[in-house]
Amino acid sequence: MYRYLAWTGVAAVLCLVPFYLDGFWLQTGLFAMSAAIGAIGINLLTGATGQLSMGHAFFLAVGAYAYVFFSAEPTERLGGLGLPTGIAAVLAVLVAGVAGGLFSPIAGRLKGAYLGIATFALIFGGQHVLFNAEHLTGGFNGRAVPELDLFGFSFGDTPELIVLQVPFGTLERLWFLGLVLVALSMAFAQGVLKGRPGRAMNTIRDHEIAAGVMGVPVARYRAGVFVLSSMYGGLAGVLLALVFQRTVPEYFGVLLSLDYLAMIVIGGLGSVGGAVLGALFVSLLPQLLTKYSDSIPLVAAPGTPGGVSPAEAARILYGAAVVTVVLFLPGGLLGLIRKIRIRPPRLRLPLSPPSPSPETRSPHVP
Amino acid sequence: MTTFVELLVNGISIGAVYALIALGFVIIFKATEVVNFAHASLLLAGGYLVARLWPVVGFWAALLIGVAAAALVAAAIEFLVIRRANVASHSVLAIVTIGVDIVITTELTRQIGTDVLAMGDPWGSEVVRFGGVTLAETRIVALVTAAALITAFLLAFKYTGWGVAMRAAAEDAETAALMGVRLGRVSMSAWAVAGGLAAVAALFLCVFPTPGLDRSTSLVALKAFPAAILGGLDSTTGALVGGLIIGVTESMMSGYQNDMAFLGRGIGDVAPFLVMLVILLIRPAGLFGTKELARV
Repeated sequence: MYRYLAWTGVAAVLCLVPFYLDGFWLQTGLFAMSAAIGAIGINLLTGATGQLSMGHAFFLAVGAYAYVFFSAEPTERLGGLGLPTGIAAVLAVLVAGVAGGLFSPIAGRLKGAYLGIATFALIFGGQHVLFNAEHLTGGFNGRAVPELDLFGFSFGDTPELIVLQVPFGTLERLWFLGLVLVALSMAFAQGVLKGRPGRAMNTIRDHEIAAGVMGVPVARYRAGVFVLSSMYGGLAGVLLALVFQRTVPEYFGVLLSLDYLAMIVIGGLGSVGGAVLGALFVSLLPQLLTKYSDSIPLVAAPGTPGGVSPAEAARILYGAAVVTVVLFLPGGLLGLIRKIRIRPPRLRLPLSPPSPSPETRSPHVP
Repeated sequence: MTTFVELLVNGISIGAVYALIALGFVIIFKATEVVNFAHASLLLAGGYLVARLWPVVGFWAALLIGVAAAALVAAAIEFLVIRRANVASHSVLAIVTIGVDIVITTELTRQIGTDVLAMGDPWGSEVVRFGGVTLAETRIVALVTAAALITAFLLAFKYTGWGVAMRAAAEDAETAALMGVRLGRVSMSAWAVAGGLAAVAALFLCVFPTPGLDRSTSLVALKAFPAAILGGLDSTTGALVGGLIIGVTESMMSGYQNDMAFLGRGIGDVAPFLVMLVILLIRPAGLFGTKELARV
């Protein structure tokens, strides 16, 4: 009961945001939503199944560029299919899944950190393609992203739309789309984790052999989760492209992948809530530091020489946060929230923190 | 033909440098079962100190300090972070090293800014001619140094007490501890050695024909990861072979990229990763890695 009230309250507040906050915060919020979707995906893979992936940024790139390619009208210089944008978005997510599937011979066989190194290949190969396949990707300068149009409703600045005396431009309209997408992504991932697949995934993470003995097809599950997580990445990429309104290849590099890993560790490995919390932390931190750089010591305003720029300060902070969380806060931010019992104990989320595997449990650690 | 020989020797030389990095990576993995993603930042730290200190104390002293500092940083990471992390899976330990890497690399790239720092090495841009083949002196020194260091390491690994302790700990940590091997010291020394090797590698990654140390150097160092994994993460031989394969592939693909224009510009930088994928498809544990078997 309380839980439904709490969720309704959160939803109501989130729906009111576009009426009060300006474009800067809306854009930041939308980036955070895109990051949340991507982080849920990689948390299914890394957090719940124990497979490390450095290649998540690649799947965001696939989603973003596939959407642009399918929806853009072809020109002399740039290719495109000019499909309806809604269909293009769905196809983009599917293409990201197919890209993940093509990697499955490796994703299914390698485990843990081995896969992490192997997926570096996706990032570097992907960047190579993004820079060189100019007909598809626009090369170094990237491509403009067509506005989304669903059933005649345009997620752009035209036609003008005014709700309760607030002009609804691209960001305001995308805000609600983003909320819906995040909610659906969370619900779906929650379903996967709570059900039979989730148990199988956790067993693979905790004890691969035991999982095999229990009849879990380990390789098939690993490949399947990899595909699912790349589809989440693709969806995040589509949303990101819509918010950015331009795709540039440089963005989808190693750093972005590292950001995603930082998100899930900070938020809490293996749970949906943790992924969302971590995504909020990592994507809001640089913006907060930028906005308030004047009043924070040691942080210089962007563009001024000397001092730490907000972006760098944010990176150092969340790098340190990753280390701190692993050393002192197993379970991440979500674990911390549960520990200090912000919610009444019996309303705990149904996910349990990852338990140590028998292999690594040494006798002197209880 | 001369081009081919030049590319081959250059490839072997740069491969030897990759092998140095990969060897450190493998040592750390063997000793602590951690896949160390902070390796590139160790390398950057060592190289940065050398580049900053040589105008003050001279090149050789700077190199010594750089190597010592990288070893110290690595040992500190082991002591302060890895040893204290109480985590369920090794994937999480790998992510911790990513956190460390983010912190160190961000701070160092901030210090470096847009500069390209010279390494102040005594070899400069001299070249040596053997018949029609022209080779940069730095490449030859790199090859000789890397070969010497690797040989020294392998001998130490095989014959000294430290090497025996290390191999015992890698084989079965618990038994080794019962036999009186100090696991803490073993893993800390492994990290220190790896850090030192990475600093030496940093020097040779940044000397002629590379203009110097800049913020992209840590990305160059990432190419040693495929070298380590395609050889097999737990095999020192694998690291050597992997390094050479990566080096020669990169050198050849870059040298002949005009003949392969359809693959796009900069294929030489991507080729190492593609080779890794092909090898992993055929041998998921790497060329020399032990295939994991378990008794149920």
